[in-house]
Amino acid sequence: MLRYTIRRLVQLVGVVLVLSLLLFAWMRLLPGGPVSALLGERATPESREALTKQLGLDQPIIVQYFKFLGRAASGDFGVSTGVQPGDSALDIFVQRFPATIELSFFAILLAILVGVPLGYLAAKRRGGWFDNLSVIGSLIGVAVPVFFLAYVLKDAASAALGLPSFGRQGDINATRVTGFFTLDGILTGEFDATLDALKHLILPAIALATIPFAVIFRITRAAVLDVLDEDFVRTAESKGLTASVIRRRHVMRNSMLPVVTTIGLQTGALLSGAVLTEKVFVIPGVGQALAIGFERRDYPVLLLLIIMATIVYVVVNLLVDLSYALIDPRIRTR
Amino acid sequence: MALGVTKKEKIDDLAGTAGVSLAASAWKRLRRSPVFLIGATIIGIFIVVSLLSPWLAPHDPSDKMLIEQVVKARNEIPPAQPGHPLGGDLQGRDFFSRLLVGSQQTLIVGVGATLIGLTGGLILGTLAGAIGGWVDSIVMRLVDVMLSLPSLLLAFSIAAMFARPSQFTVILAVAIVQIPVFARLLRGSMLAQRHSDHVLAATALGVKKGAIVFRHMLPNSLSPVIVQSTLVLATAIIEAAALSFLGLGNPDDRIPEWGQMLGDVQNVFDTHPHLAAWPAVCIIIVALGFTLMGETLREALDPKNRR
Repeated sequence: MLRYTIRRLVQLVGVVLVLSLLLFAWMRLLPGGPVSALLGERATPESREALTKQLGLDQPIIVQYFKFLGRAASGDFGVSTGVQPGDSALDIFVQRFPATIELSFFAILLAILVGVPLGYLAAKRRGGWFDNLSVIGSLIGVAVPVFFLAYVLKDAASAALGLPSFGRQGDINATRVTGFFTLDGILTGEFDATLDALKHLILPAIALATIPFAVIFRITRAAVLDVLDEDFVRTAESKGLTASVIRRRHVMRNSMLPVVTTIGLQTGALLSGAVLTEKVFVIPGVGQALAIGFERRDYPVLLLLIIMATIVYVVVNLLVDLSYALIDPRIRTR
Repeated sequence: MALGVTKKEKIDDLAGTAGVSLAASAWKRLRRSPVFLIGATIIGIFIVVSLLSPWLAPHDPSDKMLIEQVVKARNEIPPAQPGHPLGGDLQGRDFFSRLLVGSQQTLIVGVGATLIGLTGGLILGTLAGAIGGWVDSIVMRLVDVMLSLPSLLLAFSIAAMFARPSQFTVILAVAIVQIPVFARLLRGSMLAQRHSDHVLAATALGVKKGAIVFRHMLPNSLSPVIVQSTLVLATAIIEAAALSFLGLGNPDDRIPEWGQMLGDVQNVFDTHPHLAAWPAVCIIIVALGFTLMGETLREALDPKNRR
């Protein structure tokens, strides 16, 4: 187990190095590049040349890359040119990370809490109207562009339900401890701040949860259908075990592996979806920084945030793989 | 041959099985599946409309014929009126014509992205699966790096690489993301067949390696690839819309595309929701059509479901 974990972590380091080299080369090779970004298009050739020398851009890319790695090791990933001009890329990431984690956490929680039970019920009533309706619903859920749904929720649902149409402004008077607005309120006893933060989270979380929900629902349904046909379920039934024991111990436990794998893979949909959802709901998170970064071609920020997103994605999926051993004792012995 | 029985039928008869190919039996099941028929009907209509749209559209989609109304009403959009069933867009162009003609570019984006992704994946996957060894290692490490980025984020990053975005860069960004997916599918299927009986038999008969790969292994890998392609047609259209929404789409809107129409009106979502709703509904229906076809194809082509 330990050896496996270490091997996966070493692989992750390799992936991050290759990816950062590719991103770095891409940033440098772009027409214009950082010199134009800093000086503007109308700079004199002399000043361009001076800045190119000063930034070390006249050296070979591979030399520049190793210098970048050296600086990155001490936390210097460059300065933002478009998202928050002048701020360090690392500061931008650190400031914005909690908002995205909070949003993604509630979205995946919502997707699991609705998707898994619904998938189980649909499988139990295979072919019935409930099954057909929820399968069609999940197929439509995947077909709707995330940002369109976000706008519908923002403009229509917020008015109808009396919920705020923008995310995470929070109560400015609330005390900040962790940067997670919902958690801070509980820690400091300011429960109305938590409530307020939750209200701001509901609509963005629903928008972000749609695709993970649809996928989790369908995988759960398929996995439960597979298990329901197994002999051990029939044995359990004929032994006279109660329905809830069969569901918990025999059906759900045996269909959890593919579901957990899917949940891990859906972190990817969350990270990409956060870019769109945070833009619509004006949430000051990593996703919004990426959206602005793409629009304004803020390469230092993009480089850091894309690498961070990759690390989060790979680590979550590593944790998922490790959790197999908890779910399935057969894997533990191997 | 006397009774009109062909040689093949005779052999089948002797073998005791009327040889039904996977494709034939899959088609037999698909024809009776209402879900597949709904999907196929949607896509059929979509393709016919997009091919005929230049003739179906009542007006030129880039002609700002209603611009006077936009100017006069202080940036209000022209309402529905005789000759313009859905009114005009923000620049006074006939909205109905733009929706119709938009189907064509949307089809091009979907098909183009799928074809490029499929070709790239086919080449990489076949190389890795058929040659193996260090080629396999290099290709699969590359695939791992690409798959360790969330897919839509990868598409955004690729699109942001191009200084001048266009329809082609959108297609390319969406397509490249699909290459590792197809590559993995094909490699897996090639590896699974490497030691199977039909490949061994062909090798024993002295068939050249290239011929084995292209005539014996590739055709047997096609069903998962067909299913995946159908599903990619749906995601490509949706992802192209997301690119436009982030300002990474085609800035030239003379020839409309649904994703671009949807992404471009983000600032007037609250005041003119119908400008977004129409292209969005079109995208949802077409994506649903491709998904329905893909999912039913997956079930029909699964040998487990053969009867």
